Amino acid sequence: MDKSNYKNIFVFVEQRDGVIQPVGLELLGKAHELSQILGEKVVAIFLGHNIKNQCQTLIEYGADEVVFADCPELKDYLTEQYSQAIAQISDKFLPNIILFGATTIGRDLGPRLSARLATGLTADCTKLEISEEKELMMTRPAFGGNLMATIMCTERRPQMSTVRPGVMQKMSRDASRKGEIVEFKPVFDASKFAVKLVKKVKENKGKKDITEAKILVSGGRGVGCKEGFDKLGALAETLNAQVSSSRSMVDAGVMPHDVQVGQTGKTVRPDLYFAIGISGAIQHLAGMEESDLIIAINRDKDAPIFGVSDLGIVGDFAKVVPLLNERLQKEIKEK
Amino acid sequence: MKIVVCIKQVPDTTEIKINPATGTLIRDGVPSIMNPDDKGGLEVALQLKDQFGAHVTVITMGPPQAEAILREAMAMGADRAILLTDRKFAGADTLATSNALAGALRNIEHDLVITGRQAIDGDTAQVGPQIAEHLHTPMISYVAGVEYDGKDKLTVKKEDEDGYQMLEVHTPALLTVLASAFKARYMTVKGIIDAYDSKEIEIWNADKIDVEEMKLGLNGSPTRVKKSFTKPQKVAGAVYDVTPEEAVELIIAKLKEKFII
Repeated sequence: MDKSNYKNIFVFVEQRDGVIQPVGLELLGKAHELSQILGEKVVAIFLGHNIKNQCQTLIEYGADEVVFADCPELKDYLTEQYSQAIAQISDKFLPNIILFGATTIGRDLGPRLSARLATGLTADCTKLEISEEKELMMTRPAFGGNLMATIMCTERRPQMSTVRPGVMQKMSRDASRKGEIVEFKPVFDASKFAVKLVKKVKENKGKKDITEAKILVSGGRGVGCKEGFDKLGALAETLNAQVSSSRSMVDAGVMPHDVQVGQTGKTVRPDLYFAIGISGAIQHLAGMEESDLIIAINRDKDAPIFGVSDLGIVGDFAKVVPLLNERLQKEIKEK
Repeated sequence: MKIVVCIKQVPDTTEIKINPATGTLIRDGVPSIMNPDDKGGLEVALQLKDQFGAHVTVITMGPPQAEAILREAMAMGADRAILLTDRKFAGADTLATSNALAGALRNIEHDLVITGRQAIDGDTAQVGPQIAEHLHTPMISYVAGVEYDGKDKLTVKKEDEDGYQMLEVHTPALLTVLASAFKARYMTVKGIIDAYDSKEIEIWNADKIDVEEMKLGLNGSPTRVKKSFTKPQKVAGAVYDVTPEEAVELIIAKLKEKFII
C-alpha cells in the first residue's frame, strides 16, 4: 500500500430525521485542528435524503469540502446502505483518516467498514493527536476506564476511529467560510439490503440530552431515592440545568439510563457539574472529569470525588441543596 | 434452527483497582467471568432453544483457561462448545480476532450468529459487526428484543439514543446483544454435572480454520497499542467540612467567581 496516495481527513457527519448530530460538528472542529498540522483538507461525508441544503452548515463549522449523497436509500441509517456508500466514497477519494461519532450509528458502521476496507479502527477515542511521523495517535479508555491506551494504525489506510460524543469541541460557526460541495452518487447493490426498518420509536421526547447541558446536577447513591432526586430537580430548575445520575441509581431503577454519566453511560463536559452523593468510582470520573467546574457534596470526607472536584463540601445534601436552592432563587431575583 | 454464540472470558473490570504508589493496574485476584453482553446473547439463544428447539453452539477464542466459560455455558444449556486456541491468534486486534472467528464459523453449520454488543475489558463493540462483514451476512447491533417466526424471519428491537427501532431480517444473520435487556438464567445442578462429566469441549487450532496466517494474530492486526498509561490525576480543589449555611456561602462565592451567576 502506497500511503502517500491517501490524503485528507474525512468526517462522517450523521443526521437523524434530517437533523445534523452535534458529534459531527465536534469532529469537524477537531479535524480542522489536525488538518492544520497535516497540511490537508477536512472533508465532510454527509448522507441522507433531502439534506443537500444543509451542506453549507458543515463548511461553516470547519469542513473545507463536503461530499454528499442524497437519495431515498439513505434517508434512515441502515448498516448495509451506508456501508456501501462510504466504501465507494473511500475507494474514490482515498482518505488518510475517517472519523465517526461513537454513537449507535458510528459504532455499527465503523467496524463493518473497517472489515470491508481491511483497515484498522479504534473505538471510543477521547483524544486524537498527530505524531512526528504525521500518523494519527488515537487515545481511548480501556478496562472500564482504569487504563488509557494510545493506538496507531501505521501500515493501512484509511486510519479510522470513532470518537465519543461530548469530548471534542466544535468551532464557533463562521458564516464567511467557503468550501466546495460535491455530490456523490452511490451505485447500490440492493440485493444486499437484507435488513428492513419497520418503525422508529422515540421514548424521550422533549427532554434535552445531558451531553448538551451547560449545567448538570448529578446524584448518586447518597441521594438514594426519588424524593432525594426531587430536591436535585428543584435546584436544576432554578439554574436552568438538567439532572443526571451515577450508574448505581440507574441500576437501582431510580433514574433512566439516558441520564447516566460515566464509562457505560455518557461523557459530559458541562460548564458546571454538581456531584451530589456520588462517591466517584473511576467509571463515573471517566465520564465527567473534563467538566469546567466540579462542585461535590458528600457525607464521606474520603470520597474519591473530592480528588477531582474544584470545591468540595463534606455534609448532608438533604440540608445543603434546599438551602442552596433558596439562596440562588434570591440571588437571581435580585439581578 | 442452528445458533452459534460467540463468548469471551474477561476480567471483571469493576474489581480492578489502581495501585496509587505505582499508578499501575492491580490484576491479581481479579475474577475472570463470562462477558455480560455475551451472556445476554447466550440467553437469547437458549430462549430460542426453549421455544423452537434450536441447537446452540458456543465458541470462544482465548487461552486454554477460557474453557471455564464454555463449561458454564453448557451448564446453562448450550449443546456444543468449541475452544479456538492457538499461539498464532496471540496479539490479535479486533480485525484479526474477527478473521479467526469468522473462519471458524464458516466451518460450523448455522442460521444465526449471536455475539455480545461489546466486552467489558475493551468496550470496542467491533468484533461482532466485523465477523458479519467477513461472512457477508446482514447484522443488527444493540439488540434488546428478538422474535422469531419459527421459519426464517426475525423481528428485532434495536436500542438507540432516542428510543428504539424495530427491524426485520431473514436468516442467516448476526445479532449483537445487550446484557441489560436479557436476564441470563442460572446454571442448573444437572447442567453442571453434565457439563463437567459427559459433555466434551472441542479444541480447535489455526489448522481447523481456512484463514491465511497473515490475517491472524499480531500479523493480521492493523492497529497497535503504542503506549498505555493510567490517567494523570487532576489537582484537587479545597474540601470544607462546615455547616450547611457556610457551605451555601462557599458555593455561591465559587459560582460568582466563575461567572455562573
